This record gives sequence, structure tokens and C-alpha cells, in this order.
Amino acid sequence: MAIDQVHGARKVGRYVLLSAMAVIVLFPIYMMVVGSLKPGNKVLVHPLLPTDFTTSTLREAWNSGHLGRALWNSALVSTVITIAQVATSILAAYAFAFLRFPGRSIVFVAFLATLLVPLEATLTVNRRTMQDLSWINSYKALTVPFLATAFGIFMIRQVFLQIPREMHEAASMDGLGHLGFLWQVAVPLSRPTIGALALFSFLSSWNQYLWPNLVTTNAKYNTVQTGLKALKSASLDKPNLVIAGTVIVALPIFIVLVAFQRQLIRGLTAGAVKG
Amino acid sequence: MAYPSRVAQVRLKNLTKQFDGVTAVEDINLDIADREFMILLGPSGCGKSTLLRMIAGLEDPTEGEVWIGDVMVNDVLPKQRDVAMVFQSYALYPHKTVQENIEFPLKVRKVPKPERAAAALDAATSLGLAEYMARKPGALSGGQRQRVALARAIVRKPAVFCMDEPLSNLDAKLRGETRAELIALHQRLASTFVYVTHDQIEAMTMGTRIAVMSRGHLEQVGTPQEVYDKPASVFVAQFVGMPPMNILPAGSLEPGDHLVGVRPEHLHITAEGPLTMMVQLVEKLGHETLVTGVVGSKRVVVRQESDEAHPVAGDLVRLSAPEATRHRFDATTEQRIDR
Amino acid sequence: MKRRWRDSGLATLMLGPSAVILALFVIYPLGKAIWLGQQRCGVTSCTNSGFRQYIDAFRSNDFQDSLIVTLKYALITVPIGLVLGVGLAVLADKYMRGVSIFRTIFSSTVATSVAVASVMWFFLLNPNVGVLAEWIGGRAKTPGLLQSEGLALWAVSASSIWANLGFTFIVVTAGLQGVPKDLYESAYVDGAGGMRRFTNVTLPMISPTLLFATVVLTTRAFQSFGEIDLLTAGGPKGETTTLTYLAYGSGLATSNDDGLRATVSVLLFAVLLVLALVQFRGLEKRVHYGN
Repeated sequence: MAIDQVHGARKVGRYVLLSAMAVIVLFPIYMMVVGSLKPGNKVLVHPLLPTDFTTSTLREAWNSGHLGRALWNSALVSTVITIAQVATSILAAYAFAFLRFPGRSIVFVAFLATLLVPLEATLTVNRRTMQDLSWINSYKALTVPFLATAFGIFMIRQVFLQIPREMHEAASMDGLGHLGFLWQVAVPLSRPTIGALALFSFLSSWNQYLWPNLVTTNAKYNTVQTGLKALKSASLDKPNLVIAGTVIVALPIFIVLVAFQRQLIRGLTAGAVKG
Repeated sequence: MAYPSRVAQVRLKNLTKQFDGVTAVEDINLDIADREFMILLGPSGCGKSTLLRMIAGLEDPTEGEVWIGDVMVNDVLPKQRDVAMVFQSYALYPHKTVQENIEFPLKVRKVPKPERAAAALDAATSLGLAEYMARKPGALSGGQRQRVALARAIVRKPAVFCMDEPLSNLDAKLRGETRAELIALHQRLASTFVYVTHDQIEAMTMGTRIAVMSRGHLEQVGTPQEVYDKPASVFVAQFVGMPPMNILPAGSLEPGDHLVGVRPEHLHITAEGPLTMMVQLVEKLGHETLVTGVVGSKRVVVRQESDEAHPVAGDLVRLSAPEATRHRFDATTEQRIDR
Repeated sequence: MKRRWRDSGLATLMLGPSAVILALFVIYPLGKAIWLGQQRCGVTSCTNSGFRQYIDAFRSNDFQDSLIVTLKYALITVPIGLVLGVGLAVLADKYMRGVSIFRTIFSSTVATSVAVASVMWFFLLNPNVGVLAEWIGGRAKTPGLLQSEGLALWAVSASSIWANLGFTFIVVTAGLQGVPKDLYESAYVDGAGGMRRFTNVTLPMISPTLLFATVVLTTRAFQSFGEIDLLTAGGPKGETTTLTYLAYGSGLATSNDDGLRATVSVLLFAVLLVLALVQFRGLEKRVHYGN
């Protein structure tokens, strides 16, 4: 495409601009990595270069922040939430897309309406519920409220609706029941979207900040986000210890995202493409 | 490959289907004989697909009964009806290979693997698909996909085949070839076919009988020749035959207050004909020539042999139609009047 | 009739798990929060004060101040974030060697959680060890940008814009890829220059995407909590105390006031509702473009 190609001086200009922006965007990440590889008293000595290279700061952050535990907790909580959200979303989406039952559209709107309720509007009461159930400081508190999501139901329903009705009918002529169709046809056909939902669920629960702060007080249940906060308040005088902790915490999710870039893009844009 | 015969006549009794109060099919009675190739013919929205889907079990009748053989199947699930269906879009599973697609109905019915592989190969071979078994539908042409859909239907050896416009996604040439193959298939399988189409050529060439439908009603049921020679109503007369039958105003060709229909090939341009036509268009198609014009305010088409003398646009010509070729219809009910 | 009901049992089973979770942890708490907002509690008992408590909370200085902070925060972060995201996406949308590397770089900030991004910026802006503070000097050194009145909110905004850039970039890039090539070509043939093609073809065609990004960014601004908690703890002098932080921030006098929390909750709910309606209307409109 002629008009999509850029030539000569404009091309050079564009590369310069892109590179400059890339430097700006990467700068905080770079500084974080460099900072984490310096001893505490040398942070401002050649701040841009990894001089006085040491891994002792990273090791100290790992130990004093109990980050191994936090990573494990986050991985566990996020995995449980992801599996549950994918499962509940697929089931509910199937009911909305393929089953005929009275009141279907009203029930669907009711489900959809929960998307509009901000987390903040439910925190106080949910925290009380956790207290009443004696679930404060437990994995249950971190996972159970998030085992279903209207976003996931909506996303999967959209892709289920794109499966031609004739295919569903052909399957029923072939002798396939609803569960058979779901498992053998609908799910395999929707794999990319299900993957995107899984990644999205995993990221959202990994990044939860406010809720874990409200329902856990015991460091044993720290997720990486609350663990980071704890590390920050415990090491106010050692900023690069905190930054080393941040590197440790950010690394796994970076790897996950690089590995699943396509699913991520699909997940993030799901809302933009179809209402 | 014919298999032990099961009596598979399909009987529809007083069948009515309404969608949210809108009547799609109204009070239809139709007997489809065992091993018949029955065509349901009509324009889109006439209810022919709905009728087929009620036979297949994909729609529940609002009223009336569907019988297959000696069983009233209203409450029988599609999969238990011994009916296979070929869909307009073919509805192949895109994530499964041709082999898996064809085997699928057998797999669901828990037929042992070697047996269903043999059956699938059999069905595929008979349709010339054997070399494509490992491909996915996305890698096939439209015609090949259509055959896979057929193979998936025949592999089950159903008593009744339902087909919903299976050729409408093919190009004209392929459609012609596939018509011949479907006729051969019907003879080979010796089972009952119910075939929905809006294409009168498909209906005329393939059907043992045609049921012409309009607005949820049956207009006429008969062999292709009967439907062509003795259309039961103005609707059938104009829907079957290309170009459609000319309907002349009451009293123009012969005295009386009835409508007279004449097929284009039965109108002749003669010096002393009773009708006067103003010629508007002359189309030379090679083997024949179509002369279009107006008689009064009615559009009329005359079909001429290519070696006849043709008028040119703007000519006034006179037309006649032999007595025996005239079809007479009641002016208000538009039903056929036989003398 | 029979078929209408045939699926009901299965539907109940399939919807059940989601319905229970959403009812217990979304619908019930929302209703309860609205009810709690009407309770005025003394030492031993609570009385229903109707909507008085909402009105009182709404009228309080704390609430109004933080509402203004939140609006300011949204007005800074959303437009700047959007312009940067669109600019980068357009810049990286051409066929050029190596453009995919730039795309990966610009997308990379989605990988940082609020906590990670905030700690990162806290480090950069730290008056003792932060390299940015060192370079900027002046008030960035003493007392530090995050501690300076009039600058703290901007510093928090910088962190948040950076953290959201990856999201905006990805969404807009996807939107740009959905614009049919022939539209550009016909504009090109019509003699429209680069800028004109951008305003007349690109912008209108990606308007649903921009609307979506705007709604999400605005929602995030109204829900901002983590970055405030980690960067400024609401200070200095409440200049960065957003609504959510006012209600849930630890150590504030207001943080256990259920009436205030309920009022904030209801207000956030209303804001999200309006945003959702705006987005819905926008998408409806797009249907009229024949898309």
C-alpha cells in the first residue's frame, strides 16, 4: 500500500520520534531494574548505569518482603479465580446464548447490570460479610467474591452468539445434547476468546489492591500487591529495597504478558468492538 | 448402498406454526410417500422452511401433528426421529476434519470406531470426497463442503432426508451438476427426500412431486408436469415456469369475467390475433427470443423460436393463443377453473 | 410450550453458580450499602435517617473537596492519556521495519499493576534517591513533588498516565486496524493530505474505540485508590484525596464513616451508570453509520 509506507526524511523523523517515545516509556522500568541492582548507598552514583552491580538488594528484598510467599499467594488466588471465572462464564453464557427459558432477556439484563456496580460500592458490606463468616485472613476471602463475573459472561456470550444457529441445529440432529454441544463444538470454536478471558481474569485478580488490603491483615496472606505495600512501609529508609521488590513482583506478569500478547489484546479490546 | 427399507412416509396433519402470534404455516395437510422426492417450493417467507424444520423436529408445531411412518413424532427429539438434515450453510464443524465431520453423528451415537470409519469412508467415496478426509472445511471449495454436508447426512442412513436449499450457495454450473447427483443419490439410497427450494428449475428437475406454497398455505401438490400443465392458481401459474405465465385481463382474449393465463411459448404473433401488444423489448437469447410488451396495462412476454420473424421495439403486433393452451382462473379467488 | 420450559432446568443449573456469586457479592452489598447510607449510628443504636445522611455527606467539606480533586484528576489524566495513546498508536501504525518492537514497548505498561507502577514512580520522584527529583531539582528536591502543594496531583497523574498508556495504546491500535484500507485510499486519491486523512477518516472511524477508552480511563480516574495510597496517602493537605481514597484510605478520620462510604459508593455507581449510557448511546449511533 503506497500510502501506508513512509519514505526518506519523514521516515527518519518518524523513527526518531518513535525512539524518543520508547525511551520515555521504558525509562521508569529501566530505572527500576538498574536501581534494584545497586547497593542502597550508591543509588545516586551514576544513577543511569548499573555500576556497583550486586544482587544483594534483590535478595534482601526477597527475604525481608516475604515475596516468595506473596508470589505463591498471588499465583494461587489468581489461578483459582481464573479457572472459576472461565467455568462460570462459559456455563452462564451458554444458557443465555443457546437455551430457551422464560425471562431470559430480563435475567440477562440483571446480570449485565452488575457490571455497572463499582467494586467500591460493595466493599464495606462485603467486608462485613467476610467478618460474619470469619473469613478475614483466608484464601476464601480473597477468592470467593470473584468466582463469577458478568464481564466474562458477556464476552463469552457474544462469541457464542456468532456460532450459526444452523450449527447448533445440525448438532441436535446429529444427536448431540446441550452439554455435548457446549463441550465438543461451542468451547473449541471459542477458544481464542476463552483464552483472552482467562488472561484478563488472571491479570485483574493479580492486580487487585484495595480488596486484599481490606480483608487481610496477616502477612501470611499477603498477595504481591499488599506485600509490596508492606515492604514499602517497612523500608521507608531503603527505597531501592522497595524497588527491588517491585522488580521481583513485576517480572512474572511481564513474562506472562509477553507470552500471551495476542490474548491480552483481544481481552482488552473486547469491550470496544461490541458494546 | 441401499439399505433395508423402513416405511418412511411423512404425514402432516392440520399443521400450524405461529411465531409470537404471526402465522408462518397454517393448517397444512400433506402426505409424503415412502421414497418420494418431495419438493417444497415457494418464495422466501412462504413457510416452506418452517414446514421442513417441523418435520426435522427443530420447531414445535403450534397445532397439528407430524407423523413419520407409524409414529406421531411431535414429542420426539430430532435425534430420535431417524431424520437427517442438510442445511443451506452446510453447518459443518470448522474445527473438525472432513473425516470427523462425517463420522460425528455416528460418534455421538457411540458407534464403534472401526465401524464408523468404514461408514464415513463409504459415504465420502460415494460423493468423491475420499481424498479430502484429513482436511478441515475451511480448506474446501463450496461444492466440496456441500458434499461433506451430504455425506454427514447419508452416513446415518436415515429414513428421511430433509434439505433446506442445499444448492443455493453454489455457482450456477455446479448447481446443475449437483442436481443430477442428488437425483442419482435419491435413487441409490431409496429413502424419502424432503427438499426445500425457491428455485423452480430444481423443483421441476428433481422432484417426484412438488408442493407449492404461498403465505403459509399449500397452493398445489402434484408432479412437476401436473403443476406446470395445470397450475391450480394464478400464484402457481406465475411461480412455476420461466418466464412466468402471462395473466390477461378478463374479457381480453375471450369473453367472460375470468382471468386467462397463457404461457409465453403459447402466444403467437399473427396478423389477425385478438390481442394488440405494443412491443417494448426484444431479447435474443440464441435458442429462443423473448418479446416483451404491454397489452392494455398488462406486461406480456412472448417466446419465439430464434428463426421466426421478430418485431422490433415500438411495433404494434397482434397476438393469438390456441384454445387448448389457455388456463382460466376465477377473477376473485384466482383459483383454476376447469371446463 | 413444552420446549419453552424444557430448557429451564438446565438453564437454572448453568446460571446458578454465577447468579449466587453476583447476588451475594454485588447486588446484595449494593442494596445494603444504600440502606446503610441511611443509618445514623450513635454509640449503641442506629436510626434510619432517610436520605438526610447522604445530603449531609454530600454537603460536607471533605466530600466536596475530594470530589473536586477527583474531577481535576480525571480532567488531567483522561485527555492527556488519550492524546498520548492515540499519538503513539498512529505513529506506530505504519508499515516500517521494526515497528512491532515499538508496539511491544508501548504496550508494556499494561504489565504493571497499580502498586508496581506507583512504587516505581515513588522511587523516581523520591527526593533523596530519585533520579527524576535529582534532575528537576528545586521543589522536586525539597520537599519533593509528591509533597508539594499544587504539584502533587500532577505527579500522581504522571504516574497514572504512564501506567494507563499501554492500555490506551493497545485499544487504539486495534481500532486503527479495523479501519478499512480502501477508505484511506479513496481519501488519498481525493488528494487529502496526512493531517486531513487523520481528521476526516481516522478519527471518525475510530470514534467508538476512543469512546470506549475514554469511558474506561474516566472510570479508572474515579476509582483511583492504589496510586494515592502508595504515592501521597492523600496529601499534602488533602490535595490528592480522591473520593475513593476519602472513603477507604487508612488513617483518615473519615475512613470508618459508613454514611460517607455509602454516599461515595452511590455517587460512583451513578457516574459509572452515566458513562455506560454514554458509551451505549455512542455505539447505537455508530450503527447508523451503517457499520
